[in-house]
Amino acid sequence: MTAAPWGAALLQALLYAALAPLLVGWVCKVKALLQNRRGAPVLQPYRDLYKLLVKEARVAHTASPLFRAAPYIVFVATWLAAATVPLVAVDLPTAAIADIIALVGLLALARFFLALAAMDVGTAFGGMGASREMLISALAEPAMLMAVFTLAMTAHSTNLASVIDHQLAGGIVLRPSFLFALGGLVLVAVAETGRIPVDNPATHLELTMIHEAMLLEYSGRHLALMEWAAQIKLLLYGALISNIFFPWGIGRSFAPAGLALGLAAVMLKLLMLGAALAVAETVLAKMRLFRAPAFLNLALLLALLGLLSHVILEVGT
Amino acid sequence: MNAALILAALAVALALASAASSLLAVRRRRALRLLALPLFGLAGLAALAAGLAALLTGEVGTATLPLGLPWLPSRVRLDALAGFFLAVIGVVSLAVGLYGPAYVRGFERARESLAALGGFSGLFLTGMLLVVLADDAFLFMVAWEVMSLSSYFLVAFQHEHAANRRAAFLYLLMAHIGGLAILLGYGVLASFGGGFGFDAMRAASCPPEWASVAFALAFLGFGMKAGLAPLHAWLPEAHPVAPSHISALMSGVMLKVAVYGFVRFVLDLLHQVHWQWGVAVLVIGCLSALLGVLYALMQHDLKRLLAYHSVENIGIIFIGLGLALLFVATGHALLGALALVAALYHTINHALFKGLLFLGAGAILHSTHERDLEQMGGLLRRMPWTGLFFLVGCISISALPPFNGFVSEWLTFQAALQAWQLESGVLRTLVPIASAVLALTGALAAACFVKVYGVAFLGQARSRHVRRARPVPLGMRAAQGLLAALCLVLGVLPTWVIGAINAVPRQLLGAGLPHATAHGWLWLTPVSAQTASYSAPLVVVLLAAMAGLSVWGLRRGAVRRIRRCDAWDCGFAPPSPRMQYTATAFSQPIRRVFALLFHIEESVSPRQNAPARYHLRVTDRAWGLLYTPVARLVESAARRVVRLQSGSLRVYLGWTLATLLVLLWTVS
Repeated sequence: MTAAPWGAALLQALLYAALAPLLVGWVCKVKALLQNRRGAPVLQPYRDLYKLLVKEARVAHTASPLFRAAPYIVFVATWLAAATVPLVAVDLPTAAIADIIALVGLLALARFFLALAAMDVGTAFGGMGASREMLISALAEPAMLMAVFTLAMTAHSTNLASVIDHQLAGGIVLRPSFLFALGGLVLVAVAETGRIPVDNPATHLELTMIHEAMLLEYSGRHLALMEWAAQIKLLLYGALISNIFFPWGIGRSFAPAGLALGLAAVMLKLLMLGAALAVAETVLAKMRLFRAPAFLNLALLLALLGLLSHVILEVGT
Repeated sequence: MNAALILAALAVALALASAASSLLAVRRRRALRLLALPLFGLAGLAALAAGLAALLTGEVGTATLPLGLPWLPSRVRLDALAGFFLAVIGVVSLAVGLYGPAYVRGFERARESLAALGGFSGLFLTGMLLVVLADDAFLFMVAWEVMSLSSYFLVAFQHEHAANRRAAFLYLLMAHIGGLAILLGYGVLASFGGGFGFDAMRAASCPPEWASVAFALAFLGFGMKAGLAPLHAWLPEAHPVAPSHISALMSGVMLKVAVYGFVRFVLDLLHQVHWQWGVAVLVIGCLSALLGVLYALMQHDLKRLLAYHSVENIGIIFIGLGLALLFVATGHALLGALALVAALYHTINHALFKGLLFLGAGAILHSTHERDLEQMGGLLRRMPWTGLFFLVGCISISALPPFNGFVSEWLTFQAALQAWQLESGVLRTLVPIASAVLALTGALAAACFVKVYGVAFLGQARSRHVRRARPVPLGMRAAQGLLAALCLVLGVLPTWVIGAINAVPRQLLGAGLPHATAHGWLWLTPVSAQTASYSAPLVVVLLAAMAGLSVWGLRRGAVRRIRRCDAWDCGFAPPSPRMQYTATAFSQPIRRVFALLFHIEESVSPRQNAPARYHLRVTDRAWGLLYTPVARLVESAARRVVRLQSGSLRVYLGWTLATLLVLLWTVS
């Protein structure tokens, strides 16, 4: 194996960490504009992260060592999961290390420690957040796997790079299974990244919060890592949706020009996706917690329909 | 007789010696911990060595024992399949042998008979080893009954509680109904093969309908013993009431012996497989996996919860076996091998992490005398080593990378994803739905173990005796550490494990997985490198490197100090232990979402001058739908039969004469 693919993989992993706050800033900015506000600058999330990183961290008396280790585990697992999703170039060695199922597994590992850390201090809000997060994820994970299995069965591979290669080689073909899978994956992404209508990222001190309730006890660099991980997760889902379903423009070699073109293409796609997310968050209201299962069942149903329409209609053609 | 078989014989002899030496404990109660349990551990070590030798050399050892019926001398055979299961039995028994001495010390002051505990433990192990080694149906059934009966006495060990006696009786009943079904299954094969030896049965040419009858009987019998839904309800009653190290053996190993029996019967003895069997196994496996995990979520007794998770994991194993049967029956031997390897991989994984979790539950019980999650909390700081090892078990059973549970579920998914190769559209549809169930099961298991770990080990203690918990002795910690280390090793080096397991599908199906380890130990590629690859060592290395990088990066420049303060909790009053989320509260959303599957009694009764009382009871629907009607049927039938018993001798003689006449009439 030569150095170029690994170099590109490293570059892409760093890009994930570097670009993640930008996407969040962009979504916030578009939301603010839609609400007739001027809003914070697009670069505000970077400033917030920096501020948190240099601040003193406070830890409750009742916290165990797990509480201090969890931010690192959550951040690293999310980051590694992101590093396996092609962002600017396709044939990455990291995509072979962990395929789609391992990607879902790594995100689950991060979530497991996030929920444990929430229960560690022993506050009511932490347990509440952990309980709700595990409910949402338990319903979202099968939908996510079914959606990616539709793609994997089409490409006969669970390797993300192969899936995208297969998509590019096939040209623009309208497959019913892909439409269903896209619908399912979008709903899952909304639920998993804690966006409206499942959870509200802008809420604090509310009985309806899920993700924020788990972070309540964190401060300083621990909080920064947790926030950063959540931002990377949003970028991960954005890259997953835009590069799998609309892979055109992604770099197919490791030449600088191809990488630059791939970066420009993925930035454009993400800007559009982020704007769509902001519009959706503006026009929709947050659901009650017990409406979320219906939402996720719809995601599972869509993904399953995608898989079934693939195995019934498309196999052998 | 080769080296592996000699080691296996040594294991059986050591297990018997452990049973015999326990008799000394009648006089000297220390004998159990100083002699019998070390011998038990050595028997496990010998079984592990025998199993590994049989797997790695690939030789088949046979021997004839000077036992058995006059026309049927008992024969034993150690092939790859038996070797694999010997290794599974051996590794957990070894850990139990390490763990037991410190654990049974708690019983030395009590009134229970330690000789019975040690003696039946030794016989239990002997029975399990002989089931795996047996090469004829007669020895198999005798060993099977030794295993079932001795474990009955272990379940009934603390028999002064009526609930334990009831659980033990139920266990005995179910074990015997299952045993009867297995016996009939062997009977069908023996009548077509003309003998009780397994080689005669293999050579038998069964017509398809009789083969299906034999399969149904075996599936019923072995499935009942393995705890498959909807017959699972005895398992969460029986397994938790035994002493914890025995619970680890029963859940971790005995269920695997039932899996062994099923694989031996269906894939080895019944060489012609039909796809309908695969569908039945797949559907029942899915049902068990889902019901097992959902009912586990509703429990707050730690050992009962773990027992329900055994139902779930056996379900996952049978999903793999069902896929294997489907693929084999439709002529895809290679894919069948993949699914079989996935099922076997999950078998050893479940033995390791369920053994580990039961030993952890035993450590908590030993140190706090508490099984109820609602009384626990903050144990990680009181028992750091047990807490660490239990965390490893929780991550493994939740199928999270880079631990072992993930690898086997990954392999099962890979097998399911090859469903596009099936010709039948119905099967192509069924398999993805099964994989959706598997995904849901995995995610719910993670939720359940967040609950277990978060409530038991994190937060603050909810009762006084838990607040005063002390670390357990070295032996108990070492046993947990051994199993935890193996969980990590099997998760990080799957290629080595699959290289060893590969001997089993090669023996049974004539096809191994040639590509699985073709790209070196670093890359696991079950079908081909293009289809899927997973590199657990690199995942671990990258995780560690990235963690090191982020720790190092944050060490520079920023304020390093960490200040301890009160919990924030949105600025409300400082939280007290009673304000923490409980296990019941944690699972409430899931209880509500899946309410249809449970039988829930919930009520709030207001009281005067006192806080209202909240009552919640979640019972298994299997009781109301299956067990109680059957029990009622048996009772009403018995009541009818009672009418025959008038007490008068003349009437009895009349009945005897009538029976005789009817028999003579039917015979002639």
